[in-house]
Amino acid sequence: MPDSAVRDASTSAAPAVIEGFPAEQVLGFLREMLIYRRFEQKAEEAYAIGKIGGFCHLHTGQEGVALGFVGPLRPDDYALSAYREHTLALAKGISARAAMAELYGRVGGCSGGKGGSMHLFSAKHNFMGGWGIVGGQIPLATGLGWAIRYRGEDRVCVCFLGDAAVNQGSFHESLNMAAIWKLPVIYVVENNGYGMGTAFNRVTTTPMVEKSRAHGIPAHYVDGQDVLAVWRLMEDLLDRVRDGAGPQFVDAETYRFKGHSMSDPVSGTYRSKEEVESRVREDDPIAHVRDLLIQSGHLTRESLERMDEEVRELVEDAADFADRSPLPPEDSLHEFVYSDMDVHGRLFFDGRGG
Amino acid sequence: MAVMTYRDALNEALAEEMERDDSVFLMGEEVAEYDGAYKVSRGLLDRFGDARVVDTPISELGFAGLGVGAAMAGLRPVIEFMTFNFAFLALDQVINNAAKTHYMTNGQLHVPIVFRGPNGAALQLAAQHSQACETYFVHAPGVKLVNPATPADAKGLLKAAIRDDDPVVVMESELLYNARGDVPEGEHVVPLGVADVKAEGTDVTIISHGQMVHVALQAARTLEKEDISAEVLDLRSLRPLDMEAILGSVHKTNRAVYVEECWPFTGIGAQIVALIQDEGFDDLDAPVQRITQADVPMPYARNLEKQSKPDAARVVDACRKVLYRN
Ligand SMILES: Cc1ncc(C[n+]2csc(CCOP(=O)(O)OP(=O)(O)O)c2C)c(N)n1
Ligand SMILES: [Mg+2]
Repeated sequence: MPDSAVRDASTSAAPAVIEGFPAEQVLGFLREMLIYRRFEQKAEEAYAIGKIGGFCHLHTGQEGVALGFVGPLRPDDYALSAYREHTLALAKGISARAAMAELYGRVGGCSGGKGGSMHLFSAKHNFMGGWGIVGGQIPLATGLGWAIRYRGEDRVCVCFLGDAAVNQGSFHESLNMAAIWKLPVIYVVENNGYGMGTAFNRVTTTPMVEKSRAHGIPAHYVDGQDVLAVWRLMEDLLDRVRDGAGPQFVDAETYRFKGHSMSDPVSGTYRSKEEVESRVREDDPIAHVRDLLIQSGHLTRESLERMDEEVRELVEDAADFADRSPLPPEDSLHEFVYSDMDVHGRLFFDGRGG
Repeated sequence: MAVMTYRDALNEALAEEMERDDSVFLMGEEVAEYDGAYKVSRGLLDRFGDARVVDTPISELGFAGLGVGAAMAGLRPVIEFMTFNFAFLALDQVINNAAKTHYMTNGQLHVPIVFRGPNGAALQLAAQHSQACETYFVHAPGVKLVNPATPADAKGLLKAAIRDDDPVVVMESELLYNARGDVPEGEHVVPLGVADVKAEGTDVTIISHGQMVHVALQAARTLEKEDISAEVLDLRSLRPLDMEAILGSVHKTNRAVYVEECWPFTGIGAQIVALIQDEGFDDLDAPVQRITQADVPMPYARNLEKQSKPDAARVVDACRKVLYRN
């Protein structure tokens, strides 16, 4: 986040409302998104020294989407995504400790260390993953929506997917079914313009907002870097869906500031260094909110520094917790393959007990 | 002989076959502009152009099926799955459409297609990205499957697969892409269905394929120190399967251990054991042992992951067991 725009301002004449939001709430948005940013930075550091392994996909640059779509949910609403889900998990209420410990593969992690970066889960927070196969989560979201309607509840399921996932059959099959049965699901495309090294416009001939039209699902566009706009849209959609409007589709334009995963370069033949630098400079969802707060007199350089310090402490604490948390016990290897281990007959065939 | 990596050997095979036969084309995610997620197709776009080296949307079912259709029209598609974990989306096209067409059409149509990509466990990729997928494919009559362990076999088997008139699944081992080895200069084709003895021995046969051949070789070196002479038989092809090589080696050693990265239940080893007891029962001095991936989805935590994988120590133990040396 460039800090050139940070300048001191007096809070005395500050208006209480910023773009229709109470200033206190906007300050909360800034703090929350700073947590996401610092969390991902810490993950990056930990990956570099081998504390985190495997594939690790950072959400840096897309914090506005995480907060704006997940923040307005009720605790009993469902959220799920693909593998770029660390901050979505935090937004849904999973603690930074439990999320970081999962990235470290420790028992204290929200999936007990068995899932890792791509598979964060918390049933009690209704955070339903954490999925590794592109498009694989979309039918699951549709099924969660089905269960809500089946039981006559007024909950909502929000399903995140990448722009590249709309080319999977699972996307179209899901949207069609959601439309037939008017399921309470909001499908949010985090449209960062690329699937790995492939630009969206190389693998489609129609704009994103048109992708749901054939299925009769209303489409909405929002600038995902503007958390206030996202939040407003989401509040409105939640009201409509709870009232029985049926499924909704959102094209949330955003940008990935880092490489596809920790194993990929930030820029390359598919996007230039200049493109990345200019988007990071001009389109940072956190800088956007920070500047609004400074310009309206609700934030000073000092108060921002204090906030950032607190946030860094919180993230350090999460990393310390992860470090201290033990590896899963060896005898848990076969645990949870099945719900019921106490059945007649043999469950496992590897000759290693279990 | 030239020394090259497994990755470059595959790249050479693709380039040579595309040069030789203009009905061969390569299609998959990130294969063209990005040079392939694992850089197997490096330079091919520049050399052959975007009509023959084709980036696809993330639509595995779609482009695998497109390949089957193109093969029915007489082209020779090479379909890359970024990894075989993602091939499950396309399994219907491989099993129901590619494998059965020659039979269902009473021999009128051929499906000369190659499905290739990395397979097997890598490091800490967790349950959905780290698994060995052989059994799903070889189960279906009509599919051929190879899994090379060395750069030379990678090149020779891929070339044979591209020239074959049936669907061939070429599983590359992700952990071997950087492995170096000698590759014969000039035309080098390894016929499908021919196993290869990677180390000669007399006391026990360790049968394996792909990345696990190296685990078997490591075990053989350890056993040598205990004066146990292990033969390492690399199947190279799982279907067609070189039964003569298996039975011949077991006839010599009278003992066999199978090592694979698949899960044990109805794994490849189950088939091998059944065949040995069917046709080589009288040669056996001990029940055949199988070393496999633990019977669980791949855990992410590094200790559990390590514990779950087949390794040389387990293979050594199994060899001692069939030799009654423990
Ligand atoms: C079915 C499937 N095919 C391929 C992959 C490999 N892969 C992982 S992420 C990815 C790109 C996805 O891009 P997008 O949906 O836009 O999400 P983003 O990474 O931009 O968040 C690919 C090709 C996969 N995980 N699953
Ligand atoms: Mg994307």
